[in-house]
Amino acid sequence: MSETRRPRLCCHWLHACSGCELALLNGGDLFLGLLQLVDIVHFPLLLDYKYASGAEGKPDLPAAEIGLVSGGVASKNQLEVLRTLRGQCRILVAFGTCASHGGIPALRNQWTAEQTWNTVFQEDERSCSGEFEYEKWLDRVYAIDEQVEVDLLLPGCPPRPETIVATVAALAAGHQPQLAEKSVCEHCPTVRTGTGRMSVRRFLANADYDPEAPVDSMRCLLEQGLLCMGPVTVGGCGGREMPLCIRARVPCRGCYGPVRRQGNQLLDLLNVLASKGIDHRAIVDRRSLLRFSGAHGLLKPNIREG
Amino acid sequence: MPQVISIQPVTRIEGQARIDIHLDDAGQVADARLAIDALRGFEQFVIGRPAEEIPRIVSRICGICPWMHHLAAAKAIDCCFAATPPPAGQLLRELCHVLAHIHDKILHFFFLAAPDFIFEPNSDYSVRNLMGLVQRQPELAAEVVRMRQLGLAMLERIAGKATHPVAAVVGGFAKPMTEQERQGLLADGRVLLDFACRALDAAKKQVFVRFAEEETALGAIRTGFLGTVDDQGNLRFYQGRLRLMRPGGDTIDFAPSDYDRYLAERTEPWSTAKMVYARAWNEGFSLDLEAPRGVYRVNTLARINVCDRIATPLAQAELEAFRARFGRPAQGALLAHWARLIELVYACERVLELLADQRIAEPLVRTPAEPRAGRGCGQVEAPRGTLIHDFTTDDNGCIVRANLIVGTTHNIAPMNMSVHRAASTLIDGGRVDAALLNRIEMAVRAYDP
Repeated sequence: MSETRRPRLCCHWLHACSGCELALLNGGDLFLGLLQLVDIVHFPLLLDYKYASGAEGKPDLPAAEIGLVSGGVASKNQLEVLRTLRGQCRILVAFGTCASHGGIPALRNQWTAEQTWNTVFQEDERSCSGEFEYEKWLDRVYAIDEQVEVDLLLPGCPPRPETIVATVAALAAGHQPQLAEKSVCEHCPTVRTGTGRMSVRRFLANADYDPEAPVDSMRCLLEQGLLCMGPVTVGGCGGREMPLCIRARVPCRGCYGPVRRQGNQLLDLLNVLASKGIDHRAIVDRRSLLRFSGAHGLLKPNIREG
Repeated sequence: MPQVISIQPVTRIEGQARIDIHLDDAGQVADARLAIDALRGFEQFVIGRPAEEIPRIVSRICGICPWMHHLAAAKAIDCCFAATPPPAGQLLRELCHVLAHIHDKILHFFFLAAPDFIFEPNSDYSVRNLMGLVQRQPELAAEVVRMRQLGLAMLERIAGKATHPVAAVVGGFAKPMTEQERQGLLADGRVLLDFACRALDAAKKQVFVRFAEEETALGAIRTGFLGTVDDQGNLRFYQGRLRLMRPGGDTIDFAPSDYDRYLAERTEPWSTAKMVYARAWNEGFSLDLEAPRGVYRVNTLARINVCDRIATPLAQAELEAFRARFGRPAQGALLAHWARLIELVYACERVLELLADQRIAEPLVRTPAEPRAGRGCGQVEAPRGTLIHDFTTDDNGCIVRANLIVGTTHNIAPMNMSVHRAASTLIDGGRVDAALLNRIEMAVRAYDP
């Protein structure tokens, strides 16, 4: 073993889609460079480390200086693995929006786990799969900081590859990573005049813009009457350049989560609309404003819907 | 004493799974299963959402193939709202779809699967992976990484956001392509095609040569196949009819919207992953290794088996050579890797075809839609297999019912058979080691679950 050991990196996914891990690989040359700075000790997508042998095996995860955990927590098994990771990793990072705020999977917090089970497994299939197992699933989808102490949130759906690599590199060097703190609008080049339509419409026809002209000649989508979550969403998706959805001329839906760690994207957006004099009643499915941040008890089952 | 050997987690696959091998008193394999425990709930939480938002929500089913879900949903919602995209909108969607296949196939083959063949079977797990490949063949690794980057960069230029995309919208596409962009993409597409051809040649020398030996070690299964073809029987990824092939080669074709007449879903108590089987064969469902019932495979090998031909010349030549050697249908599980690289060549050729069609750069990319009650089925071939999204909307254009059959779901049943077969063939008297258990995982990796 070499005397100056490189920091060890442990990557694990929980209630997740593997998009965050892919984003790290999408760093390409940057990812290859990162391999020179850290030793990967666990990363199921790439490395054959097995943490359980035997059916009842407890998770046996390696110690690491840096742990990246993607996904929220939805089952007892995931919770056990998460607690083990917390114990084994000196710095634990919530990797992506699901780990940080629940992400899309936390949309199911509008229903109980059992209701979801019953919808997904229709009656005829349930006869084979058995009944809902309370001892297996948690009551809802949690962000990981609801269950263990987390040292850093690295949100994004997925986070930007350059940002992931820079964050891990900074942590490996013992520095504090630099992450965006302002909203998506900070780097949005669209034209804002302070006035606009007094209502919001559904995104059923494209925004008004000249495809041959640069984006900085396009009017702000919110001012065009399209619901855009940019003002209440933390930036960073486009790096120092324009946000990714705006590059496609499509409004933001909030995938990096709230600007402040404890923010509430639904309330924050209603405030923004009120301050601009925009009527919020036109919004269909208002709870979708928590599309990416429904953990932390923000999305709850609607009792009336039973 | 009976015993269970677990492999947890199954690694170098694009999701989460566990293998449980049940041994009897004599240490022989009594059963072996691939279990996936997840309760994601997409079919629940899309309920009540405005349908036009769905393509941006269901993309999160899979971070590796978000384009597949994004586009299957967009096609389904088009049907719900009776909105027909203009030609440029259709072409841009298909171009993104095919490009997404390209970076996915490069990832799976080189980053996940190839280390099993490039390194010695008994090599240590700390070496038998992408990082080991970077050490041993740095030039190959660097080129593979660069080509994946190129495919992703092309997607970003067309669609802004490449992972968890947003550019496919009900009625078409959000942003037209300029003529200048089209020319640039054509040049890059030629680079990708050149790489794909070289990758296939290299794989024949370095990887496929080990297949005969490994297939013998893993044992065989015999199943049917499902994939997408056009009216002439050509391989298709984005649009076409579904073709279900019996293990012996007989086929029936049907419209994707009729899927529930030909296929059915069920679950087993040991896994929360549904399994799909061929209802049309009227033989029920069984994972019996010697006499399976209703079991078919999807994914690369299935598509290569069910199509009569491939409409692009380089891929067609490879298909003919493959068929001359392995027959039709080819049953060897590892041949899915070979089929994957034939499809990579096809995908690159298809990118050039689509970009050569000047309509792709027309400015009209979207037909405005009106919310209404309807039902829509959207189907595409994902890298992992046939993907079906089926949505029903209410008068306000919000979702009231959803059924999703993702590629891996079709393959749960045959993957279980492959795992069982491999475990039974390899394990004798309860003796296992790391190399043996990795071989069992290789049977799973071929499916790219």
